[in-house]
Amino acid sequence: MGKFPRYFTIWQKLGLSGVKLTAYLVLLFLMAPILVIIPLSFNAEPYFTFTEGMLALDPSAYSMKWYEEILADQKWILAIKNSFYIGLMATLIATVLGTTAAIGLTSGQMPFQRMIMALLLSPMIVPLIITAAGMFFFYTQLDIAGSYMGVILAHAALGTPFVVITVNAALAGFDYSLVRASLGMGAKPVYTFFKVIMPLIRPGVISGALFAFVTSFDEVIVVLFLAGPEQRTIPRQMFSGLREEINPTILAVATLLVIISGLLLLTMEYLRARGEKMRAGDVD
Amino acid sequence: MSNPELTQDEIRQADRNIRRRKWLAIMFVAPLLLFIFVTFVAPIGTMLYRSFYHPTVAELIPDTLTQLDEWSEESGDLPPPAALNAFAVELQALAAERLSGKLAEEVNRGYPGASSLIKSTARAVRRVDLAELQSSGGQLVLDANKKWSDVNVWRAMKKSGSVFKDDFYLTALDLERSPQGEIIQRDTQIYLDLYWKSLKIAFYITVLTAIIGFPLAWYLANAPSRIANTLMIFVLLPFWTSLLVRTTAWIALLQTNGVVNSILMSLHITDEPLEMLYTQFATVIAMTHILMPFMILPLYSVMKGIDPSYFRAALSLGAKPIPAFIRIYMPMTIPGLSAGALLVFIISIGYYITPALVGGTDGQMISNIIAFHMQSSNNWELAAALGSLLLLLITLLYWLYDRLVGISNLKLG
Amino acid sequence: MKKKLLTLAAAAAVGMTASLASADELTAVSFGGSYGAAQQKHMIDPYMEKTGNNILFENYSGGVAELKAQVESGNVLWDVIDMEVIDLERACSEGLLEVFPQDQLPPGDDGTPAAEDFSEEALANECGVGNIVWTVLYAYNHDTIEGGEPTSMTDFFDTATFPGKRAMRKRPQVNMEWALLADGVPKAEVYDVLATDEGQARAFAKLDSIKDDIVWFDSWSQAPQLLNDGGAVMVQSANGRFFAAIQEENKPFEMVWDGHVFDLDVWAIVKGTDKKDLAIDFIKFATGSKPLSGMPDVAYGPTRQSSYAYIDESIVPKLPSAHLDEGLKASSLFWADYGESLGEKFNEWLLQ
Repeated sequence: MGKFPRYFTIWQKLGLSGVKLTAYLVLLFLMAPILVIIPLSFNAEPYFTFTEGMLALDPSAYSMKWYEEILADQKWILAIKNSFYIGLMATLIATVLGTTAAIGLTSGQMPFQRMIMALLLSPMIVPLIITAAGMFFFYTQLDIAGSYMGVILAHAALGTPFVVITVNAALAGFDYSLVRASLGMGAKPVYTFFKVIMPLIRPGVISGALFAFVTSFDEVIVVLFLAGPEQRTIPRQMFSGLREEINPTILAVATLLVIISGLLLLTMEYLRARGEKMRAGDVD
Repeated sequence: MSNPELTQDEIRQADRNIRRRKWLAIMFVAPLLLFIFVTFVAPIGTMLYRSFYHPTVAELIPDTLTQLDEWSEESGDLPPPAALNAFAVELQALAAERLSGKLAEEVNRGYPGASSLIKSTARAVRRVDLAELQSSGGQLVLDANKKWSDVNVWRAMKKSGSVFKDDFYLTALDLERSPQGEIIQRDTQIYLDLYWKSLKIAFYITVLTAIIGFPLAWYLANAPSRIANTLMIFVLLPFWTSLLVRTTAWIALLQTNGVVNSILMSLHITDEPLEMLYTQFATVIAMTHILMPFMILPLYSVMKGIDPSYFRAALSLGAKPIPAFIRIYMPMTIPGLSAGALLVFIISIGYYITPALVGGTDGQMISNIIAFHMQSSNNWELAAALGSLLLLLITLLYWLYDRLVGISNLKLG
Repeated sequence: MKKKLLTLAAAAAVGMTASLASADELTAVSFGGSYGAAQQKHMIDPYMEKTGNNILFENYSGGVAELKAQVESGNVLWDVIDMEVIDLERACSEGLLEVFPQDQLPPGDDGTPAAEDFSEEALANECGVGNIVWTVLYAYNHDTIEGGEPTSMTDFFDTATFPGKRAMRKRPQVNMEWALLADGVPKAEVYDVLATDEGQARAFAKLDSIKDDIVWFDSWSQAPQLLNDGGAVMVQSANGRFFAAIQEENKPFEMVWDGHVFDLDVWAIVKGTDKKDLAIDFIKFATGSKPLSGMPDVAYGPTRQSSYAYIDESIVPKLPSAHLDEGLKASSLFWADYGESLGEKFNEWLLQ
């Protein structure tokens, strides 16, 4: 945008600069809250506020003790293990089921395609409090409430819509006659899947899996209702920390989570760039 | 279908192929469909069922309820002695099994104060001889507390004994049944107000995200791609950051001695710290922040597709920039705006975590009261009824979204 | 690359399943914060060290709701629970707790049989074993209080003289008692008055007079934070929370003992747990003379006489037992009968 067209009046230029300034202010609004917690997590005092020492950059007002506390606290260690375990298992289930379903749905042969799609994507739309309450009643009857199994199945259900959407998008414009050709030439279905379909949708599958993982990794309401103390996850631990006793350990965890999400975001962007390159390559 | 080039055999073959492909598609979709059914649809069904099917009281005092069937509630008389005796006997049995508390809880919902009445009476009849209860237990009950002579207690008990009922929906809509059986409004309006408040909060958030998101989306769509791509990271990072982290951040910002108050006070904008955390304001501002990406992303992708030459053409033809922007550019962004707005509205209406953590008392939304009845007041049936109403609302919005935007066009990141 | 990722994920998952599945432990819940830390130090850690059993020590914010949800849904997640006696009678009479075999309690370290060693109240209910004597009172912050120094329950409800927010725990228990005390009801009559409809209306009317100035919280551990960061000028909490903040962090907090409502906490066993024997074993240990003697760390009095042998004399005047004249004994029986109905009324009042 840098330069304004010559026919712009001074007012129009000012107006555009105003929009630009607003845009940067909005970015500040988006980023500042996340950045604020990082220095606070090095607070030497057990509260959530900047102390005078911190503002004066006095080194003794800063401390690593909240990070040490995470490592020393069995509950946090368990929560971290649980979050990854539940997240990975749920992602595995969601990715396999979601990818297959998306292939069926985009084939153009699926009856009631629109209705089924709406149903399959509804876990993403229904408020989590409703999902969680329903699961609490139903999973208790099945005797899987308060177990890893219960939480994993629940999180897998919540993750599938994202896989369906991303794989769906990756399959948009995919020519199914390729599959028929491959099958027609005698290739086994499994072989066809991995050699014909998979290379095309891989970025979609991976980004869907990432979404599914993040959904589980970030989810707290279902965990609140369904998990026992043994299945505590990071967000659940943070939630009770915020409700019961606010201390900077939560900020330290939050800082670590920001780093993790930064890494996930970079992976995502890398995949997107690769996906675009691949698609561009098709055209050439 | 009646293609003259094809023989009957070939048509049949083609039909079979189509059918085979259809089956193949179904086979691919079926596992997920089944999975979603068991893990997601069935649980929600259970919840819906619970909102009107409630056999607890019927299981606790079956004999009393059978006896009460004979009694006409409109008469204004107390139930017959046989019913009262049956109640005394069953109350003793319940007390022995420590179930009288359950009965007390259930009846208390129809008659506030019944809980203490039933519990203290249960203690009174606990050690009485069974034969005595069978013959004159009713009188013992009436003597235990003068409130038992109030016909309304017995009406409430009889009513709570029905297995299928709409009571929870009535309560959820701030209605109740008068002793004459008409549906009337309750004295205190709680839940309708709360639904209304949730809608209002969701509306504020939607409008705020649109107003704040619009300039940024426009700038991102029109800036040179190198800058835009870098700035996009700053939009996406919050999107990928845990909800709990973002809520935590707002607690740190808004609390009494928090960052925002410190800045305001050091700039002498205010002398006293403002009370921001644990208010409706906190809910709105934090959720606006959290839901911003859901507005910016669809807006951005629509704006990206708008050819800037339209706008330039209008300007070069002598149109004033602001009217030209409103008349030419804005209408073209409507698809993105409506997609973003609907999505933000749908997500915010059922939000739980952020209001629970930063909303205090007046920043609570309908989800929070559902959670409250699930976890704190143990009134699961009312929670189910409130949840069902919320689900109905969401389903309508979802249908609208699917009609207007198409659910499969949802943009992720 | 995908294959490698998958193998890695699968290996990680399997590894974690193995490490998670081997954990068969007792889950104990209590109130967290400084009290939880004292219990961790004097009860949980020594028990784990002595027996090798693992204890998952969780926080909850009190009340019977969560317990009730678990027992009634059949999804029992907790094994041992630390309860306020104000909730105990109700939980026990509603069948939410196992009956505890009190005759199995070991004698005190000085040989006194348990039945004589424990104070009478500590073993008054068949479902629990007394753990501490503590109290609910309010405190103010010397840095933020305006209008003088509050000294009585009346001052807590006097927003004209002492402007600013009051923080209270979101429940009717104790708050209703305080409202009546501030309204001039003598201590001895509080529960009789509260048993009548008029008395309840009176208490709500008194609470109404400061409703706009009340900040509600869910858990005792939030209280010191609220008093510290200026969220409220007077804060209700357990005496130990303030004591710890004053003692360990040198906070300028001042406790007001007038009208404090004192009570016991007990250890009890959740109905339907499949680890009942382990739970009994833990409670027997945790209520021994030595572990109980650690509770005065946070100014809570031990329930065993024999524990006093281990206690530093200087702490005794700071325990609730030194202030009984100024306080009111919480009535477990009253709240067993009225907890439900007043709870509902309280919630409606909150939402109005």
